[in-house]
Amino acid sequence: MSLLKVKNLNISYPTRKETIVASKDVEFTLERGEILGIVGESGSGKSTIANAIINLIDPPGEITSGSIKIDNDELRDNEELIQEIRGKKIGFVFQDPQTSLNPLFKIKDQLIETIQTHLNLDYQDALKKSIQLLEEVGIDNAEKRIEDYPHQFSGGMRQRVVIALAISCEPDLIIADEPTTALDVSIQHQILELLKDLTKKRNLGVMIITHDMGVIAETTDKVIVMRHGLIVEQGDTKELLTNPKSNEARSLVISVPPTNKKIDRFKLISPDGKEITSDSKNLTKNIIKTWGARENTNQKLLELSGVTKIFDDKSLVSNFSFGSKNETAAKVVKAVDNVSFELFEGETLGLVGESGSGKSTIAKIITGLVRPTNGEIFYNNLSLYNSKRKYQIDKSRGQVQMIFQDPYSSLNPRFKVRDIISEPIRLFQKNISSSELTKNLYDLIDIVGMSRQSLDRYPHEFSGGQRQRISIARALATRPRLLICDEPTSALDVSIQAQVLNLLKDIQDELHLAMLFISHDLPVIRQMCNRIVVLKNGIVCETKESEELFNNPEHPYTQELIRLMPKIESII
Amino acid sequence: MLNKTFNKIYDTDIGYSFFNSKIAMISSAVLFIIFLCSIFAGVVSPYNPFDPASVSLMDAFTPPSWSEGGSPSFILGTDQQGRDMFSTIIYGSRISLIVGFASILFAMILGVFLGVTAGYIGGRYEIIVMRVTDVQLTIPSILMALLVNGIAKSVISQSMHSEMAIYVLIFAIGISEWPQFARVSRASTLVEKNKEYVSASRIIGLSNVLIMFKHILPNILRPLLVIATIGLALAIITESTLSFLGVGVPPTTPSLGTLIRFGNSFLFSGEWWITFFPAIFLIVLALSINLLGDWMRDALNPKLKIR
Repeated sequence: MSLLKVKNLNISYPTRKETIVASKDVEFTLERGEILGIVGESGSGKSTIANAIINLIDPPGEITSGSIKIDNDELRDNEELIQEIRGKKIGFVFQDPQTSLNPLFKIKDQLIETIQTHLNLDYQDALKKSIQLLEEVGIDNAEKRIEDYPHQFSGGMRQRVVIALAISCEPDLIIADEPTTALDVSIQHQILELLKDLTKKRNLGVMIITHDMGVIAETTDKVIVMRHGLIVEQGDTKELLTNPKSNEARSLVISVPPTNKKIDRFKLISPDGKEITSDSKNLTKNIIKTWGARENTNQKLLELSGVTKIFDDKSLVSNFSFGSKNETAAKVVKAVDNVSFELFEGETLGLVGESGSGKSTIAKIITGLVRPTNGEIFYNNLSLYNSKRKYQIDKSRGQVQMIFQDPYSSLNPRFKVRDIISEPIRLFQKNISSSELTKNLYDLIDIVGMSRQSLDRYPHEFSGGQRQRISIARALATRPRLLICDEPTSALDVSIQAQVLNLLKDIQDELHLAMLFISHDLPVIRQMCNRIVVLKNGIVCETKESEELFNNPEHPYTQELIRLMPKIESII
Repeated sequence: MLNKTFNKIYDTDIGYSFFNSKIAMISSAVLFIIFLCSIFAGVVSPYNPFDPASVSLMDAFTPPSWSEGGSPSFILGTDQQGRDMFSTIIYGSRISLIVGFASILFAMILGVFLGVTAGYIGGRYEIIVMRVTDVQLTIPSILMALLVNGIAKSVISQSMHSEMAIYVLIFAIGISEWPQFARVSRASTLVEKNKEYVSASRIIGLSNVLIMFKHILPNILRPLLVIATIGLALAIITESTLSFLGVGVPPTTPSLGTLIRFGNSFLFSGEWWITFFPAIFLIVLALSINLLGDWMRDALNPKLKIR
């Protein structure tokens, strides 16, 4: 008898204009002691299924037909039974550990409340059990820590507490919806190990929902690939990842950046099986004509020397400083600590590190969004900051441009694409004629692979990947020599990520741009960069040629990062 | 053609919400009629109450047409000078609306300018601006308006009083309303400022003025529109209160508040209609604006969006 049996599940969201089918004829089973992964791009309906099992679909969504059985008990339309087994038989782990614990209650209270709701235990026994649980999920000094509030735990620790909550009532099934997406690589590894461990020890059924192929490859036994609410393929994880049969699964797997080698370009297959070929070489011809041919001189373009940034909350301290300055000096945070590196024309330099390593701060210092506390930055041998530490934008003349992480906030929602791209052109070429401007706009929109009609639309009409392309067009509008990409693909689905990365590579090759590529994602960094700088807590650990770094890491931190990253091999 | 435009409007979320809210439709219909009447006051009203030739003292204190002693030529009766109440209300609402709109516009321009700059520039400038708004918020707006009015009256020469009265009133009400706008626009600017499109504009090298008013301002207009609508009702009421107290517009060009004040002295002698109808009119006007503002607040709030 299977633990979980989903049959013919149909879920739809009727809206005013149309009915969106979130899942269509979904069928799968999950046995005890097994980890099932559900993978798919955003909007494929993977979270909807998880929510359907515990009957937490947001209105107006509803299950239109099908059955969900746990140990042969039908859950559908049985609110009473679901109430009883939610938390008891099914444990749930959410994506964001920051919000899934109530910040006003101690860990102790949250655990005991859950335990007492479902198990017939008195307070002392529940407390004892809670401490045991915390020890089981690997929280040191559990007896003391149980008195703490959620904010006193780090992100990874908090996710452990959430897992402790999920297993507190001896569930048979754990549903984990993107359990590690908000966490760093090393913590992700620990959490996944913990889940694997618990599965074996307690003979649980675990369902992991994720968009991350690496997580799937590392942890799951079986995998389901979803697209537009349909299961396109399911089967044994290893088998499916190395030899996907359906075109949809193939297109997904093939666009995952492999961790074991560097490939020249991502090969792209559209979900209907055709190979996507883009030849931006032809498209760049026009732009090279207007920009003038650029020679790759391999000159030093950017140099950072001893850059330090200290964040003290000056806005409060300097204006309402009643205590002595020394008191506040002890609390300063060094976001960037004595960082030096060089960047040459035509090369891609990777900045890699976990959250809080100061990689974004470095990008902001180079672009003048944040003033460094100390150190010098030279662009073309000219210092970007004057003696008063004020950014000298005319030293770079817009030749340093940036592409941002969040495609939803990086474009002004009130501007048409035409205005977004033409604004920087107008700024640098004050008396450009309108025909010339249009030509420029067409060149830019062509090079990023968008249609010319899109110029007259607003950003909200585009998907995340398309918006990122518009961002790239805007960055190129000032004819930059240095492009800073701050996690340009971390908000995108893998197949879109592969397209955008290909585009960035092409643009760089054709226009001989220097690129500073910032990411927490090691496989992506490996595919994109010539040299890599590894950062930890604002300090440079190691700077090396990319292949050299992956094959032969020196610094213990780099070794650890590479060891812990979820591995997935290239199938090409 | 008309049908097509209607469908297009109905298709948007805000249009859908509008045509599915009875309150929004009724209140906007009421407002539409009131606005039309006050714009075309000369055409709509049967008499011109400010033209001494059309007014006869003989008609004074005529009750409304349906009650005993009423005359069909004065629907809502007449006041102590024999002016037709219906006409004076329409002319009066015109003044009330002009003062209301102008003062809110003034308050909005001042408040938004200070709020956006404070939010964007930050530092000491922000602290000063925001403390000033805090201080001003502790003073009731009526008191503030009275104060400004009093100072203005003593500064401006006697002969200019009635000419300048309306401008003084607009300034006085505007000055008492701007802190709301400053607070909201500062808060919204702080949110927008950290979005990446602002960073992108800075990297491109746009000037701060352009970033503030070309990029950020259009993105914070929604909440401002809501408080402007609710502020409009407040401004109209403030104007009426001031006029009721006798410090508003001169009696020769009465606004709704002035009319209520006139009628107030005749309440106990039985001529209730002189104060009753302007008061009802004021209530309907203010209520409609407020209800429309409430609906707008909900409709523009993405969290309460009706699917």
